[in-house]
Amino acid sequence: MDPISTLIYGGLAFVAALCSMYAASQAQDTVFYVHMLILTLAFGLAALALVRQCSFQTVTNEPSSSYSDSIIRYGVIATMMWGIVGFSVGLLIALQLAFPSLNLDLPWTNFGRLRPLHTSAVVFAFGGNALIATSFYVAQRTCRVRLALEPLAWFVFWGYQLFIVLAATGYVMGSTQSKEYAEPEWYVDLWLTIVWVAYLLVFLVTLIRRKEPHIYVANWFYLGFIITIAMLHVVNGLAIPVSWFGSESYSAFSGVQSALIQWWYGHNAVGFFLTAGFLGMMYYFVPKQANRPVYSYRLSIIHFWAVIFLYIWAGPHHLHYTALPDWAQTLGMVFSIMLWMPSWGGMINGLMSISGAWDKLRTDPILRMLVAAIAFYGMATFEGPLMSIKAVNGLSHYTDWTIGHVHSGALGWNALISFGALYFLTPRLWGREAMYSSKLINWHFWLAMLGIVIYASSMWVSGITQGLMWREYNDQGFLVYSFAETVIVMHPFYVMRAVGGLMFLLGGFLMAYNIWRTIRDERAYDQPVSQVITVGA
Amino acid sequence: MELYTLMRQFADSWGLLYMMGIFIFVVLYTFRPGSKTYYDHAASIPLEEDPKNDEL
Repeated sequence: MDPISTLIYGGLAFVAALCSMYAASQAQDTVFYVHMLILTLAFGLAALALVRQCSFQTVTNEPSSSYSDSIIRYGVIATMMWGIVGFSVGLLIALQLAFPSLNLDLPWTNFGRLRPLHTSAVVFAFGGNALIATSFYVAQRTCRVRLALEPLAWFVFWGYQLFIVLAATGYVMGSTQSKEYAEPEWYVDLWLTIVWVAYLLVFLVTLIRRKEPHIYVANWFYLGFIITIAMLHVVNGLAIPVSWFGSESYSAFSGVQSALIQWWYGHNAVGFFLTAGFLGMMYYFVPKQANRPVYSYRLSIIHFWAVIFLYIWAGPHHLHYTALPDWAQTLGMVFSIMLWMPSWGGMINGLMSISGAWDKLRTDPILRMLVAAIAFYGMATFEGPLMSIKAVNGLSHYTDWTIGHVHSGALGWNALISFGALYFLTPRLWGREAMYSSKLINWHFWLAMLGIVIYASSMWVSGITQGLMWREYNDQGFLVYSFAETVIVMHPFYVMRAVGGLMFLLGGFLMAYNIWRTIRDERAYDQPVSQVITVGA
Repeated sequence: MELYTLMRQFADSWGLLYMMGIFIFVVLYTFRPGSKTYYDHAASIPLEEDPKNDEL
């Protein structure tokens, strides 16, 4: 960056720090006060960093001639760290459900506040950083062009971390606009909107400047994810603040309209954030790791358009048997069931891309992770439409079955494919031949797999038991079980679920250690398994 | 006519037709004659050797 624009950006950050300080002085409540102080600190540090970077010496053009990978290295570390935080909070709240005394009788450590901390940390902090980092990596490689608008890209990275910090501290202090997966209040929403539009600009301009005439399908999925999330976030977040200097706001919608918009947002956060974006990862990292092209490129295009056209209508299945008009509920269910086709088409496309390289599964734990992720994509997208059928939903809704379903998707599909991508990226980004230890990757794989299986199966049993107990009537038409009785029955399954979560978290720690050693040590601890076997044979 | 009814009728007639039309067109376009070689090249994009730094 040239010194003049560095100074201008530094000045802007300084003005933003002053504005935040003023807002803190006018704050109407504690949450807003603390958040404005955090903003003051963040903008102040940004101004300081920018001014320190400003240099009037002549710069050589060396760095601008290669891919911009520094930001992706930051993204890999952020993904890894937020993953550990998110899994840890998940384990804590799983234990809280089994042993309520772990709520500690403090407002800040209450399950109700820590639960959004867990969901946001894993979905938006871990998943979001994985998406931003891989999208920048994939777009540069498949467009054969350096990342566009680099200063803005850095703003996206740091701005997104700031959003996470604001959201997380807000939850702990009890700030929420009461919309699931969109809990942050109006000013945090506004900040995310700015960051997200910058992200869209960076990605779009990189695509426009591409040297490869065709836009590779992974970029389509990433772009679809970025645009749709912008639309969903803005509409669902529409709210009127009580005061310009307070953290409270009222949604622009009320009643059933509010519920429908919330689940139009909520389900497409699943459909576009956790599906389309991660499919972008699948369509790049699976062919790369298997060294095979996509099985059918035409199928990948139809996969893309079918997912885009169908997912957006599936939201009403979250509102079965509510005040939502019956036709809308049926519409949500029908579109969910239609999603079987593109989902399984995409799964088959991903799995078939490995045909001719299946032998690598024996020796390559990274490919194994990616394949397991695709298998879980298939399983979760089979289970989801099943649960959207009204009759099934009557049993499954509000029970732990839903939690089990979400985690087989989130841990099985999103996390495993992100781990695979991190293991793929780390040696390449830090100039190492391979990961420090492929044995540890193998351990991570099996810990994660076993953890997911324990988690999902204990939640199936618990969820269906719960659902059946809730609807059990005696011959006089009275409910047989009180709610507390169902809670007692859940206890062993909640303990089992926590064990599954613990195993998944341990795998995460192994990954963090492995990534740290790969970055620190030039030489790998053990040879990649494939080489060992070649030598032995 | 009530606005709700009007919009609902538009959505499940012309709106539906419009969406279906675009989707069917996209699918047919993907299978247009001669698209196979084009898409075979596209599929190989990630596998092609990364260009040297000075070629960017």
